[in-house]
Amino acid sequence: MKKLGGKVLFLDKDDINTDELIPAKYLNEDSKKALGPYCLEDLSAPGFDRARDLPGKGAIVSRANFGCGSSREHAPWALEANGINVVVAESFARIFRRNMYNCGMVAAELPKAVIEELFSRFSGQETVMELDAEKGEILFSSTRAGILKLPLSIGEFELAMVRSGGWVEFAAKRY
Amino acid sequence: MHAIEKILAQAAGKKSVSTGEIVTAGVDVAEVNDLYLQVVTSFYQLGGTKVKKPQGTTFVFDHYAPAPTIKAADNHRAMREFCAAQGIDKLFDVGRGVCHQVLIEDGLVAPGAIIIETDSHTTTLGALGAFGTGVGATDMALILLNGSLWFRVPEVMKIVLDGGPLSPGVMAKDIILHIIGDLKQDAAIYKCVEFTGPAVAALPVEERLVLCNMSVEMGAKTAYIQPDAKTWEYLAKMGVSKATRDVATDPDYVYSSVHHYDVSKIRPSAATPGSVDNFATVQSEQGVHVDQIFIGTCTGGRVNDLAVAAKILKGKKVAKGTRLVIIPASDKVMRDAMAAGYVQSLMEAGAAFSTPGCGPCLGAHEGILAAGEVGLTTSSRNFPGRMGSIDSKLYVVSPATAAASAISGTLTDPASLQGEAG
Repeated sequence: MKKLGGKVLFLDKDDINTDELIPAKYLNEDSKKALGPYCLEDLSAPGFDRARDLPGKGAIVSRANFGCGSSREHAPWALEANGINVVVAESFARIFRRNMYNCGMVAAELPKAVIEELFSRFSGQETVMELDAEKGEILFSSTRAGILKLPLSIGEFELAMVRSGGWVEFAAKRY
Repeated sequence: MHAIEKILAQAAGKKSVSTGEIVTAGVDVAEVNDLYLQVVTSFYQLGGTKVKKPQGTTFVFDHYAPAPTIKAADNHRAMREFCAAQGIDKLFDVGRGVCHQVLIEDGLVAPGAIIIETDSHTTTLGALGAFGTGVGATDMALILLNGSLWFRVPEVMKIVLDGGPLSPGVMAKDIILHIIGDLKQDAAIYKCVEFTGPAVAALPVEERLVLCNMSVEMGAKTAYIQPDAKTWEYLAKMGVSKATRDVATDPDYVYSSVHHYDVSKIRPSAATPGSVDNFATVQSEQGVHVDQIFIGTCTGGRVNDLAVAAKILKGKKVAKGTRLVIIPASDKVMRDAMAAGYVQSLMEAGAAFSTPGCGPCLGAHEGILAAGEVGLTTSSRNFPGRMGSIDSKLYVVSPATAAASAISGTLTDPASLQGEAG
């Protein structure tokens, strides 16, 4: 399985919508990669500076109802184009969550208290997330705050998507 | 079982289903809109050669139509070619209107049908007793390939609308803004929202569509209103006389939650800039200067909406310093509104009309807001930058509030226009 996670982008806001993930004016771009430069262009979240915070990240930690709004699958594509393949949040909007797994990416829920702990312990520091989807384990670490290891289970079907790298790849192997 | 569980069970060839179960159900109607050329790309990447149900597959050009850019034009052309190659006759090209409205008018939406579209507002169709939900490109490509898709059987939340009649100037839009403001944006994630009660029964079908349309702004997977005589009367006009699956909820079904609202207490309402659950009464925001007012979309661009606006604006003028953009939800809406004289009244008042479709709802074209501008919209979303500049401000309101505000150029409670409000 590909490496899941990486340096963490903390987005301290509920209800981050797909217009914020990728504005509609770019939805006609003809490749997933072309969406990359516009990802999170319109997002205003506490402490978030796009130019400083987005480059080099591999994972996002956020709050409730992440990915609400439009059905656009361009939202996971825009994240993928920036090297992000895991989002951990309190809850997700349904279509976004489904689109993530269809693209072989992870949208995983953690309890509100755990998310709160992640923010209070790690945000503002260079933090790395490592997700072992097979083992059902997620690990956060930073020089200052040390290591936090948590169980994180992903459903069987979703795990199959992640293992394959998405539906297209899943189908290529199965059919 | 709930009616929507029966729909899913029958479409999956099962006797019964229960909440949380995953079922693979046949899709009766699939719709791809013009943001999604990736559906075609993914279909071929998935190994597809022939679309499984070309007669149950539709394409609608609405989000970027007429094409505002060369890329959009290229995408439209590639989709036209795909439809021709696959024998898909139901291609609703430029100017036919917004996908949900177009499918209804074409008689493709019947009670008990499973209708999947590449648009989140597919929940609209629940107002006609159909199971409608939105998906992304990969899921849609799978439907084109297999004619079916997997679904998790959702919990059902019941919203009971009691009381009535509605106060002066109040529309279904005000009711749903009030509910979302109360329950918040994530209240219905993964769930079906059912609307019921005497005040729902009293609403015309066009207004019921607004309730189900905006359920997705609470996170709903789908929405539902049990069809009644009004539903069938409305459907008959679209040439629909038969349910795809004839279902009703069992009396012993247990809802995940039940919420009651007395609609007679609801006043003209707004979602203030930034988020659709930022609730305020229009009264409390009165006097805010408005640069652009947009009446249109799958939420607020039907004949009833134009009728309400025309009644308020007839013989009046749009205020200097304010522009009114109107985009009917479909060409049928536009023709019906012309036949009734609404378009003429609105144009005489100073409205600018544009081609039926989504218009500026998603900030693509036909009425983008500049930095510092304030907009009013009868559409469904006011996320930062949704209709243009990130430094613009957008209020979501009803068509009555939009029209009343056009006269003064400031946010105006339609109830304050004595005897003139819808």
